This record gives sequence, C-alpha cells and structure tokens, in this order.
Amino acid sequence: MRRLVLIAVLALVAVPLGRAGVTQGKQLYGEYCVACHGANGMGANGGETGFGPGRSERVQERLGPPLRGVGALAADFYLRTGYMPLRESGKQPRRSRLLLSEPQIDALVAYVASLGQGPKVPTPRPERGSLSDGQRLFTDHCAGCHQVVAEGGYLSGGVAPPLEEATSTQIAEAIRIGPYIMPRFSTRDLSPQEVNSIVRYVQWAKHPDDRGGWAIGHLGPVPEGLVTWFLAATTLVAVCILLGKRLRHE
Amino acid sequence: MIRGIVRFLDERTGSAPFLRKTLRYLFPDHWSFLLGEVALYAFVVLVATGIYLTLFYEDSTATVIYHGGYAPLQGHEMTHAYRSVLDLSTNVKAGLLIRQTHHWAANVFVAAIVLHMLRIFFTGAYRKPRELTYWIGLTMLIVSLLEGYLGYSLADDLLSGMGLAIGYSVAMSIPFIGGNLASLIWDGPFPGSHAFFPRMYIVHVLVIPLLLATLLTVHLVLVALKHHTQFRGERESERKLVGVPTFPGQAPRSLGLLAATAAVLFLLGGLVQINPIWLWGPFHTYSATNGAQPDWYLGWLIGALRIVPGFDLTIGSYTLVPNPFWGGALLPLAFFGFLYLWPFIERSFLTHDYGYHNLLDRPRDAPWRTAIGMAVLTEVFLVFLAGSADRVDVFFGLPYVPQVWAYRVLVFVGPVIAALLGYGACVELQRGERVDRERKRAERLARGEA
Amino acid sequence: MSRAKALLVSAATLVFARRRRPTLKPGERERIVVPEAPAGYDAELVAIWLFLASAACAIGFVVVYALDRLPAHTQLLGLALGLSLAFLAAGLVVMAKRLVPNEELEEDYPEQEHTAEQERIAQVVEESGLTRRRLLLGALGAAGGSLGLALLAPAASLGPAIHMARFYLTPWRRGTRLVDEQNRPLRADEIEEKNFYTAFAEGADKERLPSSLVVVRLRRDQLDLPPGNAGFDADGIVAYSKICTHAGCAIALYRAPLFEPTDPKPALVCPCHYSTFDPSSGGTVTFGPAGRKLTMLPLEIDPKGFLRARGNFDEPVGPSWWGVRLKGPTT
Repeated sequence: MRRLVLIAVLALVAVPLGRAGVTQGKQLYGEYCVACHGANGMGANGGETGFGPGRSERVQERLGPPLRGVGALAADFYLRTGYMPLRESGKQPRRSRLLLSEPQIDALVAYVASLGQGPKVPTPRPERGSLSDGQRLFTDHCAGCHQVVAEGGYLSGGVAPPLEEATSTQIAEAIRIGPYIMPRFSTRDLSPQEVNSIVRYVQWAKHPDDRGGWAIGHLGPVPEGLVTWFLAATTLVAVCILLGKRLRHE
Repeated sequence: MIRGIVRFLDERTGSAPFLRKTLRYLFPDHWSFLLGEVALYAFVVLVATGIYLTLFYEDSTATVIYHGGYAPLQGHEMTHAYRSVLDLSTNVKAGLLIRQTHHWAANVFVAAIVLHMLRIFFTGAYRKPRELTYWIGLTMLIVSLLEGYLGYSLADDLLSGMGLAIGYSVAMSIPFIGGNLASLIWDGPFPGSHAFFPRMYIVHVLVIPLLLATLLTVHLVLVALKHHTQFRGERESERKLVGVPTFPGQAPRSLGLLAATAAVLFLLGGLVQINPIWLWGPFHTYSATNGAQPDWYLGWLIGALRIVPGFDLTIGSYTLVPNPFWGGALLPLAFFGFLYLWPFIERSFLTHDYGYHNLLDRPRDAPWRTAIGMAVLTEVFLVFLAGSADRVDVFFGLPYVPQVWAYRVLVFVGPVIAALLGYGACVELQRGERVDRERKRAERLARGEA
Repeated sequence: MSRAKALLVSAATLVFARRRRPTLKPGERERIVVPEAPAGYDAELVAIWLFLASAACAIGFVVVYALDRLPAHTQLLGLALGLSLAFLAAGLVVMAKRLVPNEELEEDYPEQEHTAEQERIAQVVEESGLTRRRLLLGALGAAGGSLGLALLAPAASLGPAIHMARFYLTPWRRGTRLVDEQNRPLRADEIEEKNFYTAFAEGADKERLPSSLVVVRLRRDQLDLPPGNAGFDADGIVAYSKICTHAGCAIALYRAPLFEPTDPKPALVCPCHYSTFDPSSGGTVTFGPAGRKLTMLPLEIDPKGFLRARGNFDEPVGPSWWGVRLKGPTT
C-alpha cells in the first residue's frame, strides 16, 4: 500500500517537472534544430538556411527528416553522441564534442519524445547477454561494416565508425535507428536479449583477448607489416651494420 | 682434441682440404652482404618452429562444435583445422609463442629477401657470371610468397578464408584456362572438396620447404664456387678478393647474426600479437569482415585489385579476361618477369656490357639501372599504398573515391618521376665526385711543384 | 661480493682458457697461419657475463614454462627466450669485434673459365659417336618427352578440370524454400525495409557458394528491375547471391539510407574491394572493380507466407571465369 502511495506521489511530481523539461526543450529546439527539422518536427525538404549554433558558417540547404514519432530513443542517441547538431547538412553525422550540457540534452530529448509516440530510451542488460551469441550476431550483422572487433571500417558512401566510445545504451539505440546508412534492426530482427548479447560483445571488444601481446590496433596484417619493417627490419639492419663495418674503419 | 677430430674425419672422408678451404673462405667486409644471411636465419627459425606446429595442426575441414576454454566462440561451429589452431593458441603451453614466432619469421623472411634483392639489384651483382644465382634467388622469393600465403591460410580463420576466395578468383581469371586450373587446385568450385586443405598442408610443410632447401643449397654453392662479389677499394679488383676468413673472423659474426635474428623473432613472437585468429572467428563463405587484408608481402595485390576499374573483357559470351586478372595475376607476372629478364635487358639495350664482373657498382655508377630500379620500386610501393586507402579514410577522413582516382593516375606518373629523380641524382653525385677528384689532383700538383 | 666474482671468473678462466701451444719438435719451423688475437681481457669479461646472462634467461624460460599459471604467459616466455638469444648474440658480437684476430686477407678469384677442360668435354662427347646417331637420339628424346608428359597426366585427377558442369550447379529450383542460418524458414512479412538478411537454400550445404543469399526489401517505387529480371521480386523483396562476382568474398554490407534526400541510395557492398551493387536494378555495379552484375534469384511467396525461389539464378554465382557467360545455372 505504502509503495503505491509513493509511486503516485512521484508520478504527480514528475509530470510537471517533465513538462518544464519539454518547454525548455522546445526553446532549445528552436535554437539548434528547427532550421533543418522544421517546426514541430515536421521535417524540412528544401530551401536555404543560414548560420546557426553548431552549423558551419555558410548557407546550406534545409534538409532534415521529420522527428515525429522517433521518440526519446533517437533524440537521446543523436544528442549524446554529438551526431547532432550537424555541422553540414548532407554529410555523415560523426561523433563529436557535445555543444549542449546534460540538462539541456535531457530537455531536448523530452521535447522530441513529446512529438508523437515513439520508443523510449532502451535499457540494455549486457550482463544478461551471451558473449558467444554476441560474437556470432555481431559477425553476421555488423562486422561487414564495423570490422569483426569493432575497429570501424569503410564502405562506399560512408564510414562505419569504431565503437570504442559507444556506451551500451548508444549501441542499443543505434541498432534500432540505423543512423545514416546503417541498416535498421527492429525488435523482430534482433530481440532485446540478442541486443544484450551484441552489447556485451561490443563492450568486450573494447578490450578483447590480447593474449598474444601488443595488439597493434586489432587490424591484422597492415600494422603487422609496419612492425615487420619498422621494428624488425630496422633492428636487424642495424645489427648487420654493427657487425659488418669495414675493418679498416675500426 | 681438435687434431683428433680432424684426423678422424679426414681418414674417413678425405675432406681435410675441403674443410681448410671452407674455414679460410673469404667474406667481403660490408654490412649489406649480411642481409641474405638474415633471410637464411629467418628460414632456420621457420623450419624449427614449423616442425613444432605440425605436431599440433589438423588439416581437416570436417566441422565440429567448439566446447573449449575460449568463451566468445563457445558453441560455434568450426572446422577441425581452425579448432586445432585455436587450441594451440589458447590451450598449449608455449603454443602461442611458437605460432606467433613462426608467423613473424615468415614476415621478416620475405622482408629480408627483399632487402637482399635490393642490394643485389642496385649494385649489379646479378651480372655475369652470377645470373644463375640471381634467378634462383628470385625463384625463392616467389616461392616464399606462395608459402606464406598457404601458411596463414591453413588456420581457416575469417581473414585468411576471405584471402583464399580472392586467390581462387585470381586463378579463375587467367584467360582460357583459369576455370580449369582453379577447378584442379580446389577439386571443384570454391571452397573445394575435403581434399583441398590437406593439399595446402602438404605443399606448405613438405613440397615447398624441400624446394626452398634445394634452391637455397644450390644458391649458396653457386655463391661459393665463384666467390662473393665485392665493392671497389684500394686492394680489391676484378682479380683480387679481399675479405675476412670464415674462421675465426666471420664465424662469430654469422653466429651472432643468427642469434640476433632468432632473438628478434622470439621477442616479437612473445610480445607483439600477430594474426589473433580467435578474434577473427572461423571462416564461412557467407561471412565477411571489413578491413580484411593479406599479409604485407601480398598487400600490393589487394591495392591493385581495388584500383582497377570494373570491367570483364568479353568477346561475345566468352569471358576472355575477368577483372581480377589485371591486378592479381598480370601485375606480379609483369613484375617478376621483368626481374628475371633484367640481366638480359640491361646488357642488350643499356650497357652492352657482356663482360665478367666481380666488382660491384655503387648505385650512382649505373644511373640507368638505378633509375629503372627506383621506378619499379615506386610502382610497387604506390600499389601497396592504394590498398590502405580505406583505412586512411576511416582514420584521417580523406575520402576513398578521390584517393582511388589519385592512385590510378599516380601508378602511371609516379614511376616516371622516380626514374627521372633517380637518374638525376646519380648524375649529380658522379659530377660532384669528378669535381672533387679534379680539385684533389690540382692540389697535389700544386703541392708537388712547391 | 667481489671475492666471489673473482672466484667465479678465475674458475671459469681455469676451465676455458687457451692452452699453450705444444712444444716444437727439433727442426720443425713454427708457421703462423692466424695472427695473434688482441689482448682484450675486458672484452672477454664482458662476453663471459653476456653468455652467463644468456644461460640464466634460458633457465628462466624453462621455469616460466613450468609455471603456466603466470599471467601474460606468452609474453614472459617470449621475453625469456628472446633475451637469452639476445645476450648470446651480444656476446658473439663482442667476440667478433674485439676478441678474434682482425684478418683481412687477399686471394685470387677463381678462374673465369677452364677453356681446356671445356674443350676436353666437347671432344669426349663428339668422339663418343652418339652425336652422329641422330635418329636414335631423336627417338630417345621422344621416349623421354612422352614419358614425362604421360607422368603428368594423373594430375588431371586433382579436380574436374575438363568438365566444368559443377561450376554452374546451384541448389535452387522452383519452390526451394529460403531458410536462415538456424534452418528456420523465412517468412515474407519478417523481411523489413532498411535491413538485410542472410538466407540459404533449404537442405543445401551452406558453405557452397550458390547456397547463400542476401535478401532485402525495397519499396515498389524504389524498384527499377530491367526486363531480364522482370518479376524477380516478391512484393518488393529481392534476393541476390551473397557471393561477390569480383573475387568471391561475402557481400556483408548493406547501405540503408535513413533520410533519402541526403543519404546515398540503398546498395549492397562487398568489404574486400568495395564493389557496390544496386539492389533496385537487378544488381548492377555502381562502383568498384566487379565486372559482372550481382546474380539475382527470382522469389515468390507461398500460400503460407514463406519465401521460396521461383526458379534458378539468372547467372552463375561467384567470380568470373572463361565460361561464366556461356550458359545459365543448372540445378
């Protein structure tokens, strides 16, 4: 009984607090987002926009997807990685320095979430996932772009970033969004438990099993070739020079 | 005690004169003559560590479900081949050390051969009477490339499996006979029958090592029969060889180099991770990872394969030249063909020098050779770099497609520029020396008069 | 401490020092072949210590080997063995540079050629008379040559070299069901847009190249299939061979644009050399070195909603060879 009362009180308090966040979020939206994403998140499909905070200082095309129904999940992902605000429309969003503070991001997320019914911020549980399932799922669905231990990769049209800085939440969010040219995996494609396993694997891949020594970037033969020439060959040539100096010069 | 041993041997084999000649064989005294030895000692490490590995490897492509100590692959389906390498790396004491040392030794082996070959080329050591030695060395280089490729493909991991598919496509791309050749090697279409991995294995551990050992022996015997070349000096001439005898002068040097090479290889084998196949996972024809690359000595081929524009050459419905041929087969064929023919090319078209040479040129003494050598090197190096364009995009943000176009232009323009620069440098250096000589002569005359 | 060191050094010296030359017999002249080595007692000491260090590291290697519970075991093993060899190398270098006599000798190069012997050999062969019997030698040569070639013939058993029928064979026929990696049949309504699915022919060996597919769903307005692939889609779902037509790698990348006005079009990309194929136009090559379009499989949806093949691929699967365009795939 007491628990029910507690929950009711909290809910009553949270609603107006949440509302305050949405209002502040709307203000921030007006500053940073409306130029490309349109009023009320309707999206923008043409025209020109000028300078703005976080945007590169030139006139750009007004192009941005609608945000109605994308939910807190998408807003949380794009804002906490610094993908948004985007410096130049049309370029691939990349992880960058955050322009907004934590409370500001919270407010913006609340506002975007209020634009229609969308998915909430996910709460993946990597500790419940299976590392072995994660390896298989990641290899099947992700390694083609992100490389088998998430060191990132190239594909025509964009770059799949390395995942060293990705938090568990961001990984789960990206899986559901499919940002830029990444495929989008719905709950039907990858169940929450499978996402747990993938998240667990990605977290493991940040410090994978390097029992062989210095991992030189987990990229395989290219760094190995550099070590061959710049460490081994140079050392051995130095030894040859040491051994073979012309006797007359000694 | 020494006399006792020598007497024992000589009474039974009559080899005292031979032994004495061997002990007092003269080695020229320049560090660049030791590069071939580095390759030799890397080969010794390869054979020693390789024998150990054969005692653990299983060459079977039958599949098994993994239930071992490495968690991320628990329950995964993999071949016996992959599993045996995984077990060796995770479960066998010192197994990973030997395996990594073996792989580092392969990389260093080829690097040493390349350095040695550069010395041979740029000093003209391949000229008469040493053409045979040169051709055998070149053959050993080609065989080592194949040997390394087969070696790391035996592990059947995701990276090397993708590499085998590409090798298959290059074989297929040979005009007319490619399909038949690939079918012969793989016993049918890729990934081949159960006979394919045992074939790779026996070629890698028996056929090629025997071939290399034989070629190496002939190579060394030829060197000894005609004796080493040497750089020009006060006492050195076409007739007089100056050097350090095998014993006691050269022996500690060579042994020291052996120990140093082995030291570098074992230190790398323990301290720097190479080919962590447990991270890549087992190979499946329907799996792939981004950033897959071959070992460094085949990197030029991936660069070439990437920058050749997309077209199959067809006549009607006959596919005359599938695309991978240009970068995967024609480029190495042209490169090695050129190197084989180079002694002829040089003396027939450039120097008209059919004479016997024991003395080496300095690179500046042969501007044409240096220029052409630099052009060929630049070409190979540019093609190498082209293979890294995708990682450059990921790391530095330089867009991939413009890079590809830049390399397509550079592979034609770059060698020409390198040749011009090389030729110019040689001529300038020669001119500088001539001026120096004139000045010294004038000074001597002036002093003499005074 | 220094007493112990002196004791060790003197013990080692006693055991290993050079013995005096044997006394000469009367009348025997002493001929010095190898000159006196430099004195270098300091160098000897250094070399001795280096060799002892090498021995210590080698023993350390065995100890580390036995203690396999140690962390970073491979690194410690490598360090122990590597340092042992490095100390050995260093000691040998010291010997080479400071302890062996510095000889720089001269000798003549061997003769360029032995014209007299060459003449002898030629004479022997000519006088043997065999060179006169052309027909005999010709026949002998024919026998040897044919025998050599004949011995090569069994190499053709290594694989189907003449009949390339297997290269056109696929496991697909009309009605073959699509399954996922766990052999679960694929339903058409499971295939969502902006994602890619790996599928296989039901009952086939998944590792065979023609068995694997990459399946994506496009909107009707995105599809632009050429006449040769007309009707290959099933409600916008298209299926292609997963094996790249350039060099045989698996096409494991799918470019799925989130916002079409700014993002690149959907594409299937191969991670080896970045051949890019357009799934909306039958697999045409839009970038990269592939010389042939991606092989496409016609699809249909059965009454229960499962995806099935409506026939075989439009072209043979995998990298090109001489006969890849000569005929179509067979079942």
